[in-house]
Amino acid sequence: MVVAKAFGSVLGFFLCGALLSAGPLKTGKLKPGANPPNYAAFNRPLSEEDQLRHALDRLTFGPRPGDLERLDQMGLKRWLDEQLHPEKIAENSLLIEKLSPLTSLNLAPPQTYALYESEKSAGQKGPNPAARDLIDAKILRAIYSNRQFAELLDDFWFNHFNVFLNKGADRYFLAVYERDTIRPHLFGKFYDLLLATAESPAMLFYLDNWQSAGPDLAVRAPNNKRARRGLNENYGRELLELHTLGVNGGYMQKDVIEVARCFTGWTIRQPGKGGEFFYSDRLHDKGAKVVLGHVIPAGGGMKDGLEVLEILAHHPATAHHISLELAQRFVADDPPPSLVNRMSETFLKSGGDLRKVLQTMLKSPEFWSEGAYQAKVKTPFEMVVSAVRAANANVDSANALAGQIQKLGEPLYRKIEPTGYSSANTEWINSASLLDRMNFALALAQNRVKGVHVDTGSWESQRDPLQVARSILGALPGAQTEAAIEQQGGAPNMVAGLTLGSPEFQRR
Amino acid sequence: MFGIGVVPGWLSRAVYAQETPGTRKKVLVAIFQRGAVDGLNVVIPHGEQAYYALRPSIAIPRPNGSGTGAIDLDGYFGLHPALASLKPLWTARQLAIVEAVGSPDPTRSHFDAQDYMESGTPGIRTTSVGWLNRALCAEPDASPVRAVSLTPDLPLSLRGPNAAVAVGSIGDFQIRDTHAASAFEAMYGSSPDRVMNGTARETFEAMRVMQSIEHMPDAPKDVSYPKGRLGQSLRQIARMIKADVGLEVAFTDVGGWDTHVNETGPEPHTGQLANLLRDLGDSLAALSRDLGDRMEDVTVVTMSEFGRTAKENGNRGTDHGHANVMFVLGGNVRGRHIFGHWPGLEREQLYEGRDLNVTTDFRTVLSELVGKQTGNREIARVFPGFRPQPPLGILV
Repeated sequence: MVVAKAFGSVLGFFLCGALLSAGPLKTGKLKPGANPPNYAAFNRPLSEEDQLRHALDRLTFGPRPGDLERLDQMGLKRWLDEQLHPEKIAENSLLIEKLSPLTSLNLAPPQTYALYESEKSAGQKGPNPAARDLIDAKILRAIYSNRQFAELLDDFWFNHFNVFLNKGADRYFLAVYERDTIRPHLFGKFYDLLLATAESPAMLFYLDNWQSAGPDLAVRAPNNKRARRGLNENYGRELLELHTLGVNGGYMQKDVIEVARCFTGWTIRQPGKGGEFFYSDRLHDKGAKVVLGHVIPAGGGMKDGLEVLEILAHHPATAHHISLELAQRFVADDPPPSLVNRMSETFLKSGGDLRKVLQTMLKSPEFWSEGAYQAKVKTPFEMVVSAVRAANANVDSANALAGQIQKLGEPLYRKIEPTGYSSANTEWINSASLLDRMNFALALAQNRVKGVHVDTGSWESQRDPLQVARSILGALPGAQTEAAIEQQGGAPNMVAGLTLGSPEFQRR
Repeated sequence: MFGIGVVPGWLSRAVYAQETPGTRKKVLVAIFQRGAVDGLNVVIPHGEQAYYALRPSIAIPRPNGSGTGAIDLDGYFGLHPALASLKPLWTARQLAIVEAVGSPDPTRSHFDAQDYMESGTPGIRTTSVGWLNRALCAEPDASPVRAVSLTPDLPLSLRGPNAAVAVGSIGDFQIRDTHAASAFEAMYGSSPDRVMNGTARETFEAMRVMQSIEHMPDAPKDVSYPKGRLGQSLRQIARMIKADVGLEVAFTDVGGWDTHVNETGPEPHTGQLANLLRDLGDSLAALSRDLGDRMEDVTVVTMSEFGRTAKENGNRGTDHGHANVMFVLGGNVRGRHIFGHWPGLEREQLYEGRDLNVTTDFRTVLSELVGKQTGNREIARVFPGFRPQPPLGILV
């Protein structure tokens, strides 16, 4: 115990000495009464030291050894600016190297289709290389990319505009969907992102819009003589409920139908072979429509859908819905209304400029407050990736990690429902997953995860088990975890395993 | 109380069995079909002309003696041919069907409707406790595995003040290194993090019970559960029931029922829905065979957030509807009977001119099952806000 205390004070000296940077981020204070009293913790600012840890926990997939010191050196303000402008950050050459064998990611959908067909005719069972590459790449990017905040935003927006990998032709479209539809718009205008998803074969196929047609059309479907084409409401509903206004956004069932009518004709040429988006006037319902009180005159063609997107992308309910979702992912499950309102205002004033909305969030006192600190429980994806990063492990194959993430309940790209995966704490903390997290933590630290190698040297060189814990958590653990670790004794990699499975490590 | 992995099977059985020797726990198993299953193609109203007029491409043909038509149940209704495994259960009076059952809330949003059904409070979005959790009676020395969900996460149905655990598989539900397990239990058990602390305590207690039954025999050799998640979940549930560890309520779910497009193949009795139903039927039949006499104590109920449109859409599928069908299986079921009031499929009989009308509230069905199986007759507490209706008499 004396040894630990001595270490503690040396440690304290080291940290105080090291904090030479520009000082804590200044974010201003909230007006009294800005929020109901149960949000009081969001009025209490974080110390400089905690701000650094919070930035790494919340805006990256978790600190690697040395990240805290590096961030302190660079200064939070500069680091944030870089993460908001990822083009300023040179990408990790290690990542580029690890992604290069995953060649199917560069294929266009017709080529991906050809790959699936060749696997099928060769009688291959098991996951297709295109699916494996997609999943492995996401994990590798999360672990190795220097553009960490962008990777988190990619995950956020993919979930928001969820598409299920295993629905028919979506297998062929998904790599291009993430690469060309989602990723280019992370810091751009919401309208552009929305339009890109609306025109994407991935979304049109997933929500069945490619088959939706005007009700007066008696088109024979290619394979079935008796089928009549007709209106399909699926995309219209999810566009309003999930993508833009939100379930309380003030639309009616009638609006769902009218929106669906507007999007008839937004289809795909030969989706079964990975074809492209095209607008078919033949499928389009040419009548007049009324959407949320807006009259859309007859004969508008493809412009009907464009007008709907225009209305939705700039609607106050959308501004609120998107701001709330971002705050739930990055601040707290129940974020303070003052913050959501300010983000929403920025959204509306800037015409849906996502970088500006993020800046409002990242400059806010609410973000850098005790209410937000360690408030989120890591999703399975976040837990596994942060463990690999904290252990500074080398990943030759992400395949076993993908299996682990699936076991914990978040099979990547395979959420069936359009809601995507939730980031709410209550979703992820339950018995089976807790045991699985502990088992994974032990396995990782003991080098029992296939394709992943941990160099346990740095843990073994620590004299005090608590320093092993500190190097993983970025801070000393709480008293209960500390006691359990000290009582357990044992090898450094067992201590590391216990730390990675501790309650502290499950939070960010 | 016990060291990890050292629970004698007889002791756990003795602790959780009822006082009266020979009295075993009754069990209620809920299976949620997520995505809104097309009830009209599950139990086919083949006696209804309108059914065939509304579904020119996807209607299941009238009973025709071959595997392509409905399996007749009572001269008016029939089972989808993919549910052939359930016919013997029907004949043996272990299967009852409730028609035109659903929620009074009109939402056609999957997520809202699922939440309403799982919370048991339709129309109220803020309920964070589930009906199946409230169904349990408060008990001082309750088994840590009295409420189990065979899902990756704990569903809303089982969330609440009574301890409930989500279990992937019995064999996996443990930490094999006993030193590590002790260390974890200590750090979580006293952690100030209340969320983690509470869940962890339940987890470690349940873990001890699971370890005690891990080495007990599995299903008999002549019982074959389908390999998918549903079949394997029911197999685990059966093991827990047979091991007498105090299981009272169990939950599992199946997705994929949201058949907007290509609900059937070119032949109506084939395709997506048929495949899902075959898996469902075979899984339920396996459970019944596995449990044998034990089915006397077990009631299984299926449910789905809403049904689908009476009329087919333009894509050989159906869209979101209203009323649906529920199955109730068990040894104490008044089987070989279709309960509820069939409103018909003529246009003026449809809800909003498009969906099967709800004539029985789903809570009427569930209240009766809860009352008989968990013994909780305080319906006003299990389904707050629900005005209790006379039971349909599904259970004997």
